[in-house]
Amino acid sequence: MQEAVEKTISPSGISLRVNAWGISVVAIALLLSVPVLLVLSYLFEPAGEVWRHLADTVLQDYVTNSLLLMVGVAIGVLMLGVSTAWLTSMCQFPGRALFEWALLLPMAIPAYIIAYTYTGLFDFAGPVQTLLRDWTGWSYGDYWFPEIRSLEGAALMLSLVLYPYVYLLTRAAFLSQSICVLDVSRTLGNGPWRTFFSVALPLARPAIVAGLSLALMETLADYGTVQYFGVSTFTTGIFRTWFGLNNAAAAAQLSALLLLVVFALIIIEKGSRRHARYHHTTQRHQTLTRFQLNWKQSSMAFLICMGALFFGFLLPAGQLLWWALTTAEESLDGRFLSLITHSLLLAGGASLLALLLALFLSYGKRLFGSWPVQLSVRVAGMGYAIPGTVIAVGVVIPFAAFDNALDGWVREQFGWSTGLLFSGTLVALLFAYLVRFLAVSLQTVEAGLGKIRPTMDEVARSLGTGSGEIVSRVHIPMLKGSLMTALLLVFVDVLKELPATLILRPFNYNTLAVRAYELASDERLADASYAALTIVLVGILPVVLLSRSITRSRHAETA
Amino acid sequence: MSFPSKLIYLLLSLCLLAPTLALGAEEVNLYSARKEKLIKPLLDQFTEETGITVNLVTGKADALLQRLQSEGRNSPADLLITTDAGRLHRAKQAGVTQTVDSSVLNELVPVSFRDPEGHWYGLSLRARPILYVKGKVEPSTLSSYESLADPRWKGNICIRSSNNIYNQSLVASMIAANGVEATEQWASALVKNFARPPKGGDRDQIKAAAAGICDIAIVNTYYLAGMLTSKDAAQREAAEKMAVYWPNQQGRGAHFNISGASVTLAAKNRNNAIRLLEYLVSKDSQAWYAKTNGEYPVRSDVEPGELLKSWGEFKMDTLNMGRLGELNPDAVRLMDRAGWK
Repeated sequence: MQEAVEKTISPSGISLRVNAWGISVVAIALLLSVPVLLVLSYLFEPAGEVWRHLADTVLQDYVTNSLLLMVGVAIGVLMLGVSTAWLTSMCQFPGRALFEWALLLPMAIPAYIIAYTYTGLFDFAGPVQTLLRDWTGWSYGDYWFPEIRSLEGAALMLSLVLYPYVYLLTRAAFLSQSICVLDVSRTLGNGPWRTFFSVALPLARPAIVAGLSLALMETLADYGTVQYFGVSTFTTGIFRTWFGLNNAAAAAQLSALLLLVVFALIIIEKGSRRHARYHHTTQRHQTLTRFQLNWKQSSMAFLICMGALFFGFLLPAGQLLWWALTTAEESLDGRFLSLITHSLLLAGGASLLALLLALFLSYGKRLFGSWPVQLSVRVAGMGYAIPGTVIAVGVVIPFAAFDNALDGWVREQFGWSTGLLFSGTLVALLFAYLVRFLAVSLQTVEAGLGKIRPTMDEVARSLGTGSGEIVSRVHIPMLKGSLMTALLLVFVDVLKELPATLILRPFNYNTLAVRAYELASDERLADASYAALTIVLVGILPVVLLSRSITRSRHAETA
Repeated sequence: MSFPSKLIYLLLSLCLLAPTLALGAEEVNLYSARKEKLIKPLLDQFTEETGITVNLVTGKADALLQRLQSEGRNSPADLLITTDAGRLHRAKQAGVTQTVDSSVLNELVPVSFRDPEGHWYGLSLRARPILYVKGKVEPSTLSSYESLADPRWKGNICIRSSNNIYNQSLVASMIAANGVEATEQWASALVKNFARPPKGGDRDQIKAAAAGICDIAIVNTYYLAGMLTSKDAAQREAAEKMAVYWPNQQGRGAHFNISGASVTLAAKNRNNAIRLLEYLVSKDSQAWYAKTNGEYPVRSDVEPGELLKSWGEFKMDTLNMGRLGELNPDAVRLMDRAGWK
């Protein structure tokens, strides 16, 4: 009966389900947008003359520094991420198989932790400069040494831990590029360089942009690094206005401005792409023949990859290990096990949920791209660019309001109290993770979906396959690499996440990141090293597994 | 098809996973800006002595306060602990605290370190005096915070960013003493004397001074204590080069902040919360703060330990801590105008 009705009113046979899906996409996206919308709603609240004060004194600094930081990080992550992605997927040189996964490792190090380790090593009072002074007999002011705690230093730190986003997504794109396209380029007489710049790079653009925008959004939201380096950015300004000037409205308005900037960037990028589409026109893949590099080229390739790995991972992790072994007063104890369990549970749960939601939302967008759907999904993914504490408060307020309203109603009706139902539970915390990290899984899934030709959907539909089945039987196998990537990125992000975890977690519930932060913020860096190292270790396993599965997904497609 | 139901299942099971608080058991719930490491041992001791379970969430004071405010009358928190007076004042302003009238607390905590109406009580003292490099600065050339604005110290002073609450409180105390205008002039002159743009934490200022970047650092003393007792030889060496100078001894006294606590308005375990507060100002607890974190006891009849005693006697600024909170926004604006990063 239902089916008959469906058929009669919709010739395509799907529009009823379309609407149900479309509506639930908008509903879910709106729910996830509540914290972001709450921030935006402050735009209309008068904040008083504090804006005058900000404009007269510090606002210009905030804007300039944030912009410069973004430019610096953009250059850094593009250079590191794209070059290593190309080398490991398209060229053959000694160590390639190792770099393939090892290049992802810096991702497991929280940005503020790498900032601490570099300061420990390269600051004026650190071992490197002390050694230099001992050798040369120089003292303060006699010589020039790059100042690590500066804007440039912050851009470097963030680039080192954020380039894996670009690397991961770009590599997946390179691997899935039809080898025929590259072969055509070669037969036209293009060398590897030309093939790279005029064919592979433009084709990988959506993936590169997705990775870049993730890195930049994370840069905008960073607080720990810039705060420690004494660089005044929008983020430090938000907290200063909020807590120092005690003006929540103005602080929220600063956050809202930040959001508008991000929104503008996204629109500009979308516009510049116009109607270009990036899916492949052929499904013919051949076994990838990598460019065989000669001795000289191999050494260069090795040095580039090794440089990224060394400065992004080996050096900071080595410093942490050194601290852990020599000066830490904190040591591993029984409670550490519960920290690890909690961290794993949260990261695992949040990454799975984020993946499911991202799939649901991005399909909604793909299948029924009407503007309410497009817009709501876009807004739901904005949480990534807002400082974690702001998002966390944006979660606390509506949850508490809901709980209290429910409690009030039940008290009135039945005379007993429900207390707080969700506030202070893991539900609120997981929700916050979704709000903050949905962008990561969305971007990744969408980048993957972008490569699947709509004609494939049409073929499947014409064979009588329903929307759900198209997803499970056609797309998921093709998307496997992207899905795994999305899972891993969110997993590692949650593992490192701090502000939301701090404010939203239940009583007596600690994680590795909380432990590392508590000690580091008390300026006991050495003591923080155990927890920080454990985050890294816990993060490594999925990194390795993921990298393997991406490589294998390439083989599966080829087969 | 099945994934929405799986989702609900997952969410439900996570709800159940959240620690369920045993009904009827004696307990007290804490929102603490004091790090777990610096309070948990005392709490464990309290539980052992009284049988009252203590549940703890640590976090940043402002965020915890926001959570407390949003949760309103249903908040599970009984006690809010912060590491500065400004936030306690703000909690009181926000109307999420209640008065406590405990003769134990009123007797043991000096008037300037508690709220006149009993909304909050100081638990330990955090001194922010002047540190100088031994042998490079003649102590007689120092006198007060105000004197650091003298051009003789040009390029010679290390201090962290004005984002830091302890600098905000210090400047607030100076506004209370000298007024906004004079303090702004002082801050502008002080900024000109900075050895470098502010960066890092308090320990970094000590390291910089020891390495020769500056001769004077303004730092909380418990960081100095932490470095002196560190396992890291480099930190010990740096700290040993420094001496403590107590400023403004002829006038209002050296600047102190407090760590302290408020009983929340929503407290369901009010009596237990007060018992815990009283426990935290007991002699043993007070000595523990001094020994473990190099903070000064809030009560004068407890010895601060050998190391802290070695830095000498001092006179404290007796300005009520609540004023630091009131003047905090003024202090931040003033530092913005003075170009104190």
